[in-house]
Amino acid sequence: MSEKHIDELSGVETTGHEWDGIQELNNPMPRWWLWTFYATIVWALAYTIAYPAWPMLRSATTGVLGYSSRADVQADLTAAEDAKSAYVEAVKSKSVDEIMADENLRQFATAAGSAAFKVNCIQCHGSGAQGSPGFPNLNDDEWLWGGKVDQIYQTISHGVRFAGDEETHVSEMPAFAEVLEPQQINEVAAYVASLAGTADTPDLVRAGAKVFADNCAACHGENAKGNKELGAPDLTDAIFLYASGQNAIAQQVRHPKHGVMPAWGSRLGDVKVKELAVFVYSLGGGE
Amino acid sequence: MLDDTEVERLEVEAVNSAKTRQPLYTARKKVFPKRASGRFRQFKWLIMAITLGIYYLTPWIRWDRGPYAPDQAVLLDIANRRFYFFAIEIWPQEFYYVAGLLVMAGIGLFLVTSTVGRAWCGYTCPQTVWVDLFLVVERGIEGDRNARIKLDAAPMSASKLAKRVAKHAVWLVIAVATGGAWIFYFADAPTLLADFVTGHAEPVAYITVAILTATTYLFGGLMREQVCTYMCPWPRIQAAMLDENSLTVTYNDWRGEPRSRHAKKAAAEGLTVGDCVDCNACVAVCPMGIDIRDGQQLECITCALCIDACDSVMDKIGKERGLISYATLADYQSNMAIATDPATKTIDPKRVRDDKGKLSAAIAHFRLSRIFRPRTFVYAAAWSLIGIALLFALLSRDRLEVNVLQDRNPQYVRLSDGSIRNGYTVKLLNMVPQPRNFELSIEGLAGANMSVVGLDQPESRSITTEVEADKLKTIRVYVRQPLENLAEGQSFKFVVVDKAGSERASYVAKFNVPETGR
Repeated sequence: MSEKHIDELSGVETTGHEWDGIQELNNPMPRWWLWTFYATIVWALAYTIAYPAWPMLRSATTGVLGYSSRADVQADLTAAEDAKSAYVEAVKSKSVDEIMADENLRQFATAAGSAAFKVNCIQCHGSGAQGSPGFPNLNDDEWLWGGKVDQIYQTISHGVRFAGDEETHVSEMPAFAEVLEPQQINEVAAYVASLAGTADTPDLVRAGAKVFADNCAACHGENAKGNKELGAPDLTDAIFLYASGQNAIAQQVRHPKHGVMPAWGSRLGDVKVKELAVFVYSLGGGE
Repeated sequence: MLDDTEVERLEVEAVNSAKTRQPLYTARKKVFPKRASGRFRQFKWLIMAITLGIYYLTPWIRWDRGPYAPDQAVLLDIANRRFYFFAIEIWPQEFYYVAGLLVMAGIGLFLVTSTVGRAWCGYTCPQTVWVDLFLVVERGIEGDRNARIKLDAAPMSASKLAKRVAKHAVWLVIAVATGGAWIFYFADAPTLLADFVTGHAEPVAYITVAILTATTYLFGGLMREQVCTYMCPWPRIQAAMLDENSLTVTYNDWRGEPRSRHAKKAAAEGLTVGDCVDCNACVAVCPMGIDIRDGQQLECITCALCIDACDSVMDKIGKERGLISYATLADYQSNMAIATDPATKTIDPKRVRDDKGKLSAAIAHFRLSRIFRPRTFVYAAAWSLIGIALLFALLSRDRLEVNVLQDRNPQYVRLSDGSIRNGYTVKLLNMVPQPRNFELSIEGLAGANMSVVGLDQPESRSITTEVEADKLKTIRVYVRQPLENLAEGQSFKFVVVDKAGSERASYVAKFNVPETGR
């Protein structure tokens, strides 16, 4: 390969390879291409010095610029925290009623509460806060413990029948299977069902009214409208926590179920609970 | 009248001549275009003044839109997602107007190209305009063609260095101004200029100016004709746009050939001579470095400077103008047929002239009727139809819109009195630069009322809310229908009315109720 092959037609040196009379010209690389290539080599070397690159036994070189993607993320997170810190401070120092009165703060708290709700609450109350039997629907206007925003705040903060919190809401309906005769239970169930228009046996209603007045009115009220102080539900409306209908009511009278909700104040902190209260209130059923 | 031997003859060889075509990888040979003067040069100065004027000055035009919108006539406000064009304001969802304009620009280019050829390349393309501007600077500092060739060949000296530095400095100033003008279309120009100069502008402004400065300087100052020849796709696409009835800059060899440098002597010897005195004026002025006498070629941007150069020579030697002219291929071929001697198949210029030496009546450089042909009518019709459609859409568009998203989770809520409530996210778009009061009401859905989150007022069938200038307002609306009116498959309308004006928008929404009978 020492001798030079020159292509006659173009005057360009060939590589000396030939296939069926076709020769390959040995044109030089275009200069711009070469210089770009050299530049990328220099760039690559500089990059490995400036940025984390070379793997070592336990870690990797950190680079002279000290860049790290984690520090970047942390900086972003800190910036985000700083950006909303003024709002968070305001939420911390104001009562839920004051937050409700401040349009901007209310919107901030609603958005923040919505996020917190998705993490902490949807497991029981559902992703649309629509609830399920035993777990109240938070969209409607029926509230066991009150639907004013400060009452909602109180409920979220201290929970319901939650053992670890002294201020938790406590109420316990007795199991009337041990107090009333089965017939009496059927009668009172028929009466309660009739209040919502779902009674199966209308002939029992009149007798049931007497049983109700003697045993139930103390908590649920003489007109069965309930008592939020005691967490006693309104029995006259269209909303039942467990199930509607005479049989379900009779079951609940015999052996009441008692749901538990944790006290979130100690878990999430006061700010998050306020935000949650404002968000729940915004679902449209608040009083 | 000058004798043709007294015409200045230029020693020049076309860089991109067909005869001396170089392999693609050889180093570029510089082109030193000579100054031309004539009607087309005048026309190009005018076009340059208009196009550069539009580009540099438009961002500085003010347009009062009241206190709630910027007062810049043309502004692409990307941060706020608004596009202002004089009295027209466009929101992002209306960007199809811009798409329509681009389609019109495309069809317009087809129309122009099919009639007057590469007029875009020759007169209005930014590359052409800026190269022209850079050449003015070069000519002013280094002199015309011959001086520049001499300077280029001369060894480096103080005066050469001074000239070169001055030239590149002026080029860079133009380049910076070009990049600088671009960013003013995206922000308030006076504010941005002050910020830019004092170093307070956003990095993206400096980066944009730097990139456009670099491209302007490189393309206009250093690469010039190579951009058109090697980089631009348009010269290649235009082959599909041109036909035999499109105007191109044409060397009329049917009257020019055989060319002769010594026409008088040759004529005295009884030889046939054409009008071309081979003075090379057309080659010297060509910014693309071609010889138009080689015929139609890719490199030609039809700037028509060779026409000016040739016409002035024809004036000097007392011949008719138009040895190089705008002509269609069809006209050229019919002229060529007249000029060609059927016996010898060679060009005989005498055949196109009458007894008195004038061009015969059968000769035509360009017939206006060539412009009017089905193809151009189709282009013109398509262009106008799109334009009319856009104009109609623009004049009849809404400045008030309402969009509604219905809650799906939960689909409905049963309230304690048995009534059913549905939730909606209602978006009110106030698309004018003044705040407006809108009345939102529900139409249909007997007995239903609505309440708005955050609005402390009793349930009703209509509410009033103010929407800021040029803003979208999102409100949460709950609609409740009493138990006795519930039915499956009901729908109703959200109606929005501008309280002060007459604008009205509506949205048909569904009302979900629990399924019954299952």
